[in-house]
Order: sequence, then structure tokens, then C-alpha cells
Amino acid sequence: MKTVLEVAGLTKRFGGITAVDNVSFSVREGEILGIIGPNGSGKTTLFNCFLGQLTPTAGQAWLDGRNVTGWRPCDLNRLGVSRTFQLLQVFPQLTVRQNLILAGQEHRGSMLGRLIKRHDAALIAAAERMIRFFKLEAHADHKAGALSYGQQKLLDTAMAFMAGPRLVLLDEPAGGVNPTMLAMLKERLQAMNRDEGATFVVIEHNMEFVMSLCHRVLVLAEARIIAAGTPAEVQANPQVIEAYLGN
Amino acid sequence: MNARLTRNNLVLLAIVAALLIAPLGMRSYSLNVVSTWAVMSVAAIGLNVTLGFAGQVSMAQGAFVGIGAYTVGILTAMEWPFLPCLAVAILLCLALGWIVGYPALRVRSHYLVFVTLAFTTLAYLVFRNEEWLTGGTNGIPDIPRPEMFGISFESDLAYCYFCLLNLAWVSAAVMWLVNSPWGLAFLALRENPVKAQALGVDTRRYTLVAFALGSALGGIAGTLYAPLVAYIDDNAFTLNLSLNLMLMVMVGGSGRLIGPYLGALVVVVLPELLRIAGDYYLMGYGALIVLLMIFCPSGLAGLPETLRARRGATP
Repeated sequence: MKTVLEVAGLTKRFGGITAVDNVSFSVREGEILGIIGPNGSGKTTLFNCFLGQLTPTAGQAWLDGRNVTGWRPCDLNRLGVSRTFQLLQVFPQLTVRQNLILAGQEHRGSMLGRLIKRHDAALIAAAERMIRFFKLEAHADHKAGALSYGQQKLLDTAMAFMAGPRLVLLDEPAGGVNPTMLAMLKERLQAMNRDEGATFVVIEHNMEFVMSLCHRVLVLAEARIIAAGTPAEVQANPQVIEAYLGN
Repeated sequence: MNARLTRNNLVLLAIVAALLIAPLGMRSYSLNVVSTWAVMSVAAIGLNVTLGFAGQVSMAQGAFVGIGAYTVGILTAMEWPFLPCLAVAILLCLALGWIVGYPALRVRSHYLVFVTLAFTTLAYLVFRNEEWLTGGTNGIPDIPRPEMFGISFESDLAYCYFCLLNLAWVSAAVMWLVNSPWGLAFLALRENPVKAQALGVDTRRYTLVAFALGSALGGIAGTLYAPLVAYIDDNAFTLNLSLNLMLMVMVGGSGRLIGPYLGALVVVVLPELLRIAGDYYLMGYGALIVLLMIFCPSGLAGLPETLRARRGATP
């Protein structure tokens, strides 16, 4: 199977604190990879380091064989890497449709072209497709800020897919979402993966969600990867149990 | 919704018609007030692009008005016609605005205020001290009004229409800009630059573009200002002007298309109307603005919404 993302020896230090310590892993095409670990184990920092929000102290990241270490988020996004943030981030004063169009517009044509030409039909159609896919039809013209938290979360996830992405990284997509909405989110993500071959990396604390969604799980504790494997393997690993529950 | 839209269009049409007809019956003093309003509106529209839409605080807009004005002053003294002067001013302000934008890539909000304030001071010092170029404290006198396509804009009436014409094309261009995908990208940059960048918005380039475009509009305002007053010196382009332009944007309604026109009305026209109050005018003026900012922080353009929301809250 083809490797989409390859991370090697990634380290991030903040002064004397090592938040990510020599972490290496790869993401294969078409898989859903989960990253779990106790609070403060470095999951989000790891994300930030290969997504350009932070510059890693050491280590490299390759996307489809291209070294993208230190690239800016917007350039990575144009290569097809998109992400959501742990805290919900949509644009509340824009409508659902406008949010989606914004999330897709920068991938098309040149910057000058976007000044002269209005949004093209293909982009608007893509936004419509995403609205249907995440069952947001009833709210398409509502301000995103007027939506419920769960719906905003769906919108946030939908925005990450507007880039027609190669790789989507979701940082706690289940946080604060009610069980019904969560089941739907999981179903939608699985459909994306199955029907469009979308590749995901998911950081999550909700074990049930991770274990039922992901094909493979990495466990981070104290800035290092302590275990990797299928959900069943990871759950049976004594080191993982120790990291979560202590001795 | 649609009824409101057509009503707004009718109001807009009425205002445009009034602006076209009213100058015909005005004397020189009133004409100059209208011209000044149009010129300051152009400058405020520019600042509204940088600050209101793209969220980049700039205290340098007055300096760009100055640069535009001096460009016209210096070049018309060398017998240049108006249009090439305008082109030079636009290009110069685009380039300088782009450069002034660089600090905004590192610092935001009040830090950016200080950086741009430094540029305004720098520009002022150049206007004041580089006598060979700017005439220093003597300024540049006798700046002619343009003559184009066989039409002379020499009279106050003709020049007033000339300013309104320029206001019209600037307004149309900015309306286009704001409704284009760039408008959406500017809003994303203003509201949440980290998220914007994760969505592929090249925040660095949009920040610089926002500064360049806003500054260029400041430059255009300057090219209109110099022939209007016919004489410019360093005192016209101090920090005061930048502050006044900022006031126009905030009072009018930052990030709203009609904000700058209303803001310029308050800052340019209201003092003229309050002149009858004599020494008390500044007090009244200050009080009005403080009250407005307390009860309607979104500015005059946001007043209808604020009132509607208040009526809705207490039926």
C-alpha cells in the first residue's frame, strides 16, 4: 500500500520541555489512523509540527515522497492536506454555504484570477455536495454561528473535505458532540473513507469512537510512541493500560 | 428581505441623485465641503479595506494621502498632466503600502498601530525636512486642477463633480473587491488567521495585498486633495489625519461598505454644521461620538441592526 505521509524522528522542544520526542510513523493511503494518549502527551503538538503551525526542533515529514518539513499550512493545504482544530473553528458570521466555499476557493486558479472571476460552478457544486453529505441542507443559508455545537462540528469537518484532500487530520472531532450526532459523524467519516478512499488521521479521547472508527492506532505517552497496532492489539497492550491508568 | 433590498436600492438611488443635483445650487463653500467629503470618503474606503475588511490596523493612511498629494504637487509643478500623476501616486502607494504591510506579518493589533504610526511620523518628517523635494514648511503652492479630454475642472463646481466621479469608480471597485473571493479571504484573515491558513488562504500575501490596496486608495484621495486645496504643506498630513481617518472608519462602521461615507460625513460635514455652536462645538462633537461608540460600537452603519435588535429584545 502507498504511503501518504511519512514522519521521521520528529522532535519538538519548548525550552527545557520536550513535547514530542523522536516520533516516527507513516500513514498509508486509504487508512484511518488514530492517535490516542493521555492529556499532555504531545498529540496536538505533533500535528502542529508536521502541519506547519509549529516548526519542529528536529525531524522530517514527507507527503507523497516530497519533503514538506517547515512548509506553511496554506501551501500544505494546497497539496491536499487539511485539518480541523481541537477547538471548534468555523466562521460564525458566514453562512454554512459561504464557510464551505471559503474552504474550497483557495485551491482553484491563481490569486489574481480569484479577484477577476467569481466563484465557479464547480466550487458551488462541491459545497452543495458537502452540505448534502453532512446532512446540513436545512441550514445551508443560516449563519454558522446559529447552528448547534454538533452541527458546527460537522460543518468544521465538512470544510476540511472541501480541499478535495489527500489527507485529513482531525483533532478531537468527537469532543463535545452528543451521541446521536457522534454516530452520524462516524458514519459520515466511514462513508468518506469507503466511497472516496479518503485517508484520515484522528486524534481523539473518546475510546469507543476511536476503536470503532480507526484501522490502526498509535499511542502517545510522555512525548513518545509507546504502542502501535490494530485497536484490539492496542487495547490489550499492558504499557497502554499503564499509561492511562498508572501502576 | 427582498422588500428591504429594493428599499435600500431606492434609498441609494435617491442619494446618488441628490449628490448629482445638489452641487448645482451650491456656493463655493458648500461645494468645497462636498468635495472634501468625497476625498476623505475615498481615503476612508481605503482604510476600511485594510482595517475593516482585512483586520489590519493601520495608522499610516494619512501618510499615504500625503504621499498622493505631494506626488501631484511635485509632478504638476513639472507640467505633468493629472492622469500620469494619478498613475504614479497609485503605483508608489501600492509599493509603499506593500512594504508597510510587512510588519503586520509579525505583529498584530496595538503593536501594529505603533509600527504604522512610525511610518506616518517618518513620512511627515520627509514632507517637512526634504525641502528640495517637498518645499519643506513652505509647502507647494498653486497646484492646478486637472484638465482632461478638453474639459477643465478648474471651477469649484466642476471639481466637485470630478471628486464625486472618482468616489464613484473607487466605490464600484471596492464593492467588486469585497464581493469577490478576496472579500471572503480578507474576512477569514480578519476573523481567524490560523484557521484561514489551514484552509489554504495565503495569509501573508493577503495581508500585504490588503495594505497595498488600502494605501493606494489613500494615495488616490491625496491626488484629489492637493488640487482641491491648491496648496499643501506638512501640517496637513500629520498623525492627526490618520487618526481622523481611523475615526471615520470606526464611527461609520468598520468592515461595512457604507461605513466610510457615513464616517466621512460625521468627521467632515458635522463640524461645519456645528460651527454655529462656536466654542462649544468640540465638546458637543466629542460627546456625540462617545455616545455613539457606547450605544452602537458597530458604528452608524450598524445602527439600524442595533435598533432592530433592541426592539426585538423589548417588544
